[in-house]
Amino acid sequence: MTELAIDVRGLVKRFGDKVAVDGVDIQLPRGQVWGFLGPNGSGKTTTIRMICGLLTLSGGEGRCLGYDIKTEAEKIRRLTGYMTQKFSFWADLTIRENLEFVARLYQLADLKETVDITLDTLGLSDRQHQLAGALSGGWKQRLALAAVTMHKPQLLLLDEPTAGVDPQARRDFWDQIHRISSEGVTVLVSTHYMDEAERCDRIVYLAHGRLITQGPVANIIEESGLITFSAVGDGIRKFADALLLEPGVEHAAYFGSALHVSGTERLLLQAAIAKVGNSDVVWTEEKPSLEDVFIALMKRAGDDERAYQ
Amino acid sequence: MTSRSASLSRITAVFLKELIQMRRDRLTFAMMVAIPIMQLVLFGFAINNDPKNLPAAVIVEEQTPIVRTILNGLQSSGYYDIVEQSSDPRDSARLLADGKVAFVVSIPAGFSKELLRGNRPQILIEADASDPAASSNAIGRAEAIINQALRHDLKGPLAHLMPTPGPVEVVIHPRYNPEGITQYNIVPGLLGVIITMTMVMITSVAMTRESETGTMENLLAMPARPYEVMVGKIAPYVMVGAVQTAIVLLAAKFLFDVPFAGSIGLLLIGVVVFIIANLSLGFTFSTIAKSQMQAMQLTFFFFLPSLLLSGFMFPFRGMPDWAQRIGEVLPLTHFLRIIRGIMLKGAGFDSLKMEFLILLVFIAVVGSLAILRYKRTMD
Repeated sequence: MTELAIDVRGLVKRFGDKVAVDGVDIQLPRGQVWGFLGPNGSGKTTTIRMICGLLTLSGGEGRCLGYDIKTEAEKIRRLTGYMTQKFSFWADLTIRENLEFVARLYQLADLKETVDITLDTLGLSDRQHQLAGALSGGWKQRLALAAVTMHKPQLLLLDEPTAGVDPQARRDFWDQIHRISSEGVTVLVSTHYMDEAERCDRIVYLAHGRLITQGPVANIIEESGLITFSAVGDGIRKFADALLLEPGVEHAAYFGSALHVSGTERLLLQAAIAKVGNSDVVWTEEKPSLEDVFIALMKRAGDDERAYQ
Repeated sequence: MTSRSASLSRITAVFLKELIQMRRDRLTFAMMVAIPIMQLVLFGFAINNDPKNLPAAVIVEEQTPIVRTILNGLQSSGYYDIVEQSSDPRDSARLLADGKVAFVVSIPAGFSKELLRGNRPQILIEADASDPAASSNAIGRAEAIINQALRHDLKGPLAHLMPTPGPVEVVIHPRYNPEGITQYNIVPGLLGVIITMTMVMITSVAMTRESETGTMENLLAMPARPYEVMVGKIAPYVMVGAVQTAIVLLAAKFLFDVPFAGSIGLLLIGVVVFIIANLSLGFTFSTIAKSQMQAMQLTFFFFLPSLLLSGFMFPFRGMPDWAQRIGEVLPLTHFLRIIRGIMLKGAGFDSLKMEFLILLVFIAVVGSLAILRYKRTMD
């Protein structure tokens, strides 16, 4: 058994002239929950599809669970559970019929019992005879999670599983992800939600088809070298635009009633605050949040991209 | 677990899934049963290759017993239905052009006198030949009908006016369908047309529907091989084809009294082979088409030549060489020979083995194409 669940190097995917993934290296050790982050169109879905053999590679190479992603996709499919971004189960089948179909395709032993247990584990037993197409978003996600985990995969690839799902359903969903992970399954879950990213053990961050950073949340925050000041009080609503024009300000954004200003140069930041800020407002230095870091990383990647073109 | 049992259980998985989906899609299911019934009614009752009771006008410039005999003969032949009578020759062009009648029969003044003198007077039949199929039988039989009618009047001293028989007597013996009943030919052929239409149409959307609803990505991510998906997807429709076959064969026997000269067992084998040929083709279409709409268009692109060039609508041997060659590629052509051969002529396997062979080759080629075209990735 190899150490790494996913080990891909120099992954490239071109669609015509467009480069969707541009030389991505990802190494994921087994048995952790990895967050897969990046703005829309950064190549997350394309990367996941290449890892599980649904797209051919334009360049690069890699192994998934020890098997070559170019030549051994069949073996990878048996050991991987892939939950697509768009709900992709059969709307005109009931929950139970969907699961039975999947169980038969994977040739699971004790079909009826396996499906019963899966329904029970995910709290779907009461709804098992409802048509999948009639379910609300949260229940659809549960069905999808049930279907992709029923064959006991070693690696779970979840592509924005909680998009458009209410907070309670999201919380339940994450409880399930941690339960599955505690059984030794490696989970890679792409998301746009920062609170979800912070629930992950580690993070991979992609922008414009390139890997920006990967590692534990704390390390990423630290490595960004970002310094953040926060202000609360009257009048802060008009500061952000002015601050963004000052040198050294990488980003300025509102978080609830607070304004966050971030940059890497402490002196420049302080100068900017002194110039724009109003004496009634109290500024305090804060530990940058993951969101501060990502917005900054995204901007840097965007600047690089423009310089690169 | 051996790989054979492995693939069988995955085929079963796809088969059961399709069966459930088919059952839930009531409209499609109803259509698959309604189409054979509708076509049976339309083709079985409405179409006639030997059209009778065609509206005719007569322009007679004299009223004599002989003229009346001729007109009665035309009317009772069943081909001519005399709806207009006039004595003015100038009416003929107008009647034909209006489309009110298909024929104008003109009998000039002095006709009876000339006839009795033995001068072979002329009767003019003007026909609307814009639709040759509609008028040709009535035209072809006109002379025989008239001579037949006059036989009763030209007796005794007038017998010399009857036409003398030619030097050779031609004996015509129409076999397999001596009465020339169109339905005997159409109804068995209809089974082929119904199967071609519904089977290709239904399977042609088999894969495109998965792509359009997004379930294709899921199917690809799971361990299902192309041939397993293909076999599993087309198997339920073999049963639909069987139901359609039962409907048409029962209608043939009890509604249209079509004779059944040959072996029902051989026919059923032929039907199964033909159904599979069409399902394979539909599946291939569904791997080519990018949307369900395109799949439908491909189906009609195939259906039209099948209908026209197979020998269902028009006599196969009457087509030019190139059209016959296209016709030979279509499964319907061979199925028509099988089913008409068995039902009407009582043909056995020996005389039909070429048709069976061609259908099997068609399945092998088209099925392989489907497997090759089946995309295993989302590229």
